[in-house]
Amino acid sequence: MSVAEAPVEARVGAQVETGEPMSARILRFVTKTPVYFVLAFIGLLWLVPTLGLFFTSLLEPAAIGTTGWWEVITSPSLATIDNYREILDNEAITSSLWTTLWIALGATILPIAVASLAAYAFAWLEFPGRDWLFIIVVALLVVPIQMALIPIFSLYNDLGLFDTIPGLVLFHTAFGLPFAIFLLRNFFIGIPRDLLEAARIDGASEFRIFFRVIIPLGLPAIASLAIFQFLWVWNDLLVALTFARDTQPITVAIFSQMRQFSANIELIAPAAFISLAIPLVVFFLFQRYFVQGLLAGSVK
Amino acid sequence: MSESASTVEAPPRGLPPGDHEPGLFQRYGVALIFLAPTLVLLGVWVVYPTIRTIIRSFYDRDGDEFIGLDNYETLFTDDTLVTAIKNNFLWLLIVPAFVTAIGLVFAVLLERIRFSVAFKVVVFMPMAISLFAAGVIWRLMYEKDPSQGTINAGIAVVKDAVSPSGVLSAAQPSTEALQGGPEGGLVLQKPLAPGDVAQLGLTGIRSSDVPADAEQAVVPEALAGGITGVVWRDFKPGGGVPGQVEEEELGLPGITVELRDEDGRTITETQTETDGTFAFEDVEAGPYLAAIGPDTFSEPYAGVSWLGASLITPAIMMAYVWVWAGFAMVVIAAGLAAIPRDLLEAARTDGATEWQVFRRVTVPLLAPVLTVVFVTMLIYVLKVFDIVISVAPGSVQDDANVIALAMWRTSFGGVNDFGLGAAIAVFLFLLVIPILVLNVRRFRREI
Repeated sequence: MSVAEAPVEARVGAQVETGEPMSARILRFVTKTPVYFVLAFIGLLWLVPTLGLFFTSLLEPAAIGTTGWWEVITSPSLATIDNYREILDNEAITSSLWTTLWIALGATILPIAVASLAAYAFAWLEFPGRDWLFIIVVALLVVPIQMALIPIFSLYNDLGLFDTIPGLVLFHTAFGLPFAIFLLRNFFIGIPRDLLEAARIDGASEFRIFFRVIIPLGLPAIASLAIFQFLWVWNDLLVALTFARDTQPITVAIFSQMRQFSANIELIAPAAFISLAIPLVVFFLFQRYFVQGLLAGSVK
Repeated sequence: MSESASTVEAPPRGLPPGDHEPGLFQRYGVALIFLAPTLVLLGVWVVYPTIRTIIRSFYDRDGDEFIGLDNYETLFTDDTLVTAIKNNFLWLLIVPAFVTAIGLVFAVLLERIRFSVAFKVVVFMPMAISLFAAGVIWRLMYEKDPSQGTINAGIAVVKDAVSPSGVLSAAQPSTEALQGGPEGGLVLQKPLAPGDVAQLGLTGIRSSDVPADAEQAVVPEALAGGITGVVWRDFKPGGGVPGQVEEEELGLPGITVELRDEDGRTITETQTETDGTFAFEDVEAGPYLAAIGPDTFSEPYAGVSWLGASLITPAIMMAYVWVWAGFAMVVIAAGLAAIPRDLLEAARTDGATEWQVFRRVTVPLLAPVLTVVFVTMLIYVLKVFDIVISVAPGSVQDDANVIALAMWRTSFGGVNDFGLGAAIAVFLFLLVIPILVLNVRRFRREI
């Protein structure tokens, strides 16, 4: 499915073909105008909720609760960055942002490292029961996170991993593995066999082949996976809500303010906006990989 | 993506045979090293807990006593949990189909235009943000007060355009001459005949509620064969005489005045001018009653209670569709791009209408992609959690409950019944399995 993007571009290109009389082009534009309007309207509809959060986060505290966010557009004097200043002075929020970052980075790097090793073994090493083991690993995709929460909660309390960054990283890593292995193994197996054979004949060890051949060639798949995993972990609420108390990622920090939603909007709105701005930046920077990964992932 | 989980290529040839038969470790040791971290992580964090949870579900809340299937019985009898299961089935019935349909519509519309990238990005954007942040966003959208909640503000605008809400909801008669209430309107007690001038004084109007275009109230001239009058704010700062139009008292524009017959039936109605005056021309003889119409006193729009117990589930579903429509659109658009143009052209050449082409050619060819989207949504919807817990205020979480939320609330949300929580988790697990089996079978068939 990951090749599907190319035809889209090719087709868009094909439509621009010239040689067609101007009148025909104008006619086509006119007949398509309603479609443009409908799409512009839907696009606006889709944009408004996020804009609403953003403008609400700009309202001065006195205005929150009495003024709708849309009034900022007509009277910009209502807007202030004080809420953001408050947030960034707020020790609890800043430390939870760092916590989120460490968890997300750790839980992206670790599963990719572990999964590429396993994926290589499943793709190119020979050992008994290989195919069965691969099927079992992929089958673990079925297991909902909920199945692990209670026993791991008890285990973490015994091991002292409760409310720690490593505890959260390890949990996310384990649950990220089946999909990561599935994706990478299918990508690695497409690497031309000759490349590996040549390296083996030259006497390269499996580790050398792994680091010098597989990883460089597997980078596109690894990049897709990394973006997905990063966003997944950054955006997580369930796991963090269960295993974190004081070492809170940002989602949990905001969530704990939501009991008094209306009273805390001046804190919730900017914090929520910061927490979603980072994934948005990642998304815009790596859109291409994101869509590829999505198309691959939807086949799982 | 050319391989399925079950059709694995023949194992590649290993090292060229050496001089001596290598030992077991030398042959498989490398593979073991590559696999060891995976096996440990999956063993400790996935396999062991799964088994443990299944066993735990047969024990009581403290884990001391084996109670057989009691937890499962509770799961299907407890009110909150039954609501959760019912709600989750509603989610399964409505949301995947709806998301797939919207994705299809968007993808087809996109096909027809050139500058589709901006639209794609905008609709796809919610996918990148967390379901939790989406929950915060929609919690704001759904605020009940139309001056706060975007959705209710939008409805208020439409509603005001159709039937303007009465700005004078708190207005009272200034004298005894005017009687009545918000339901029937305020009626001038003295019957009127043509040539009379009616004075309808109101008080209890906040100055902020007086329409901006109001001018000094004027008592109109009597009109032969007609009835005239004035509706005004019978309040003079510093005191005045009730029932008399005085300096500094403003007319009330835009008020509906009804002319009624003796039995109280409305014969005709008119609107007041900026100075509060109104006139009914050419009325026949006979006693009439003048009244200020009830819509003048209608309460301002209070807003739909989206976050109340009855609408909370549909409200969360809408938010969820907002998040996932982009996913459906992108996957379906990719599928659409892969359909051979010749097929569509051939159908058009044969005289098929656009609708027929869509219905008979495009949709059948897209069926596999539509299934992928639908089934993916089924799995996600079954496990929906973040957006429910963030949109639904604590007081309505029982009404908005779904299985994953019930599992978390039972286990960690204060009740701390690990036995019942484990049973809910197992139930969720059992529901996911058939969908995934379906997915894998479909997947194998396609390869």
